[in-house]
Amino acid sequence: MTLNQLPAGKLGVVLCITAEGPIRRRMLDLGLVPGTIVKTLRSSPAGNPTAYLIRGSVIAFRSNTANQVLIRTIHRR
Amino acid sequence: MDGKQGHSYVVALAGNPNTGKSTVFNGLTGLRQHTGNWPGKTVVQARGHFKYKGQDFVLVDLPGTYSLLANSPEEQVARNFICFEHPAATVIVVDATCLERNLNLVLQVTEITNHVIVCLNLMDEARRHRVFIDVPTLEQELGVPVIPTTARSKQGLAELKEAIHLVSSGKLTPQPVRLRYNPMVEEKIAEILPRLETLPPVYNKRWIALRLIDGDSSILEEMEVKI
Repeated sequence: MTLNQLPAGKLGVVLCITAEGPIRRRMLDLGLVPGTIVKTLRSSPAGNPTAYLIRGSVIAFRSNTANQVLIRTIHRR
Repeated sequence: MDGKQGHSYVVALAGNPNTGKSTVFNGLTGLRQHTGNWPGKTVVQARGHFKYKGQDFVLVDLPGTYSLLANSPEEQVARNFICFEHPAATVIVVDATCLERNLNLVLQVTEITNHVIVCLNLMDEARRHRVFIDVPTLEQELGVPVIPTTARSKQGLAELKEAIHLVSSGKLTPQPVRLRYNPMVEEKIAEILPRLETLPPVYNKRWIALRLIDGDSSILEEMEVKI
């Protein structure tokens, strides 16, 4: 599944970044690399963007950005 | 040893946003700074100076960035300064409470230059968060001096000045641990390197080759201006 499909409160682990160019670079710089654990925090009222917890920082992505991150859900920490 | 401006050593101060970089800057220079703009960019530049063991140092506060590669104006300013102005030393201020994310910038800077010092700031907050850092091991893994500081209360700044002095004067040359890329990338680097032979010797050609592989055209534009 992709990161934008991860429901609020759930955890996922990054499998692969399919984004390319500057967006890929930015994701890698933020520490979003394969193996990184991500948690969906909450969505804005319109559902876009969504806030994620990544390595201790809260990062917001629009769904058309978050869908370029492949993840697998994980249960409990 | 290069990196001098008159009789002063030029020292760059880099770091992620919110690492207390400005506090380190003020702590080192005692607020003797003046600000201006980076040429052609609306990015504020602060310079200050300090004296240590009879030697003058000019400290250049680079914009706070997470990376040197994503091409915002701030990142370009920081990257161009470290790559093309070859400061005598570059101090990277990192947040001890959030080391993992900060080490990305350390890696990127050590790919450009050997003359690097890591300033492990916010040690008091890290202690409060029960984060303990094995400084000697970190130093060994990175291959550069790591100086723990709490700039807010001036702790560690004397040690930081000493490290800046040693690295700037060439008494200590850090040997950062360098990444080897996969064979395909290394082959391409080897292919590009001979074609960069004519560049001034102070430029890090391996790093420039890597940016060209990245397809980073801004590095070409910058070199056209410089050469």
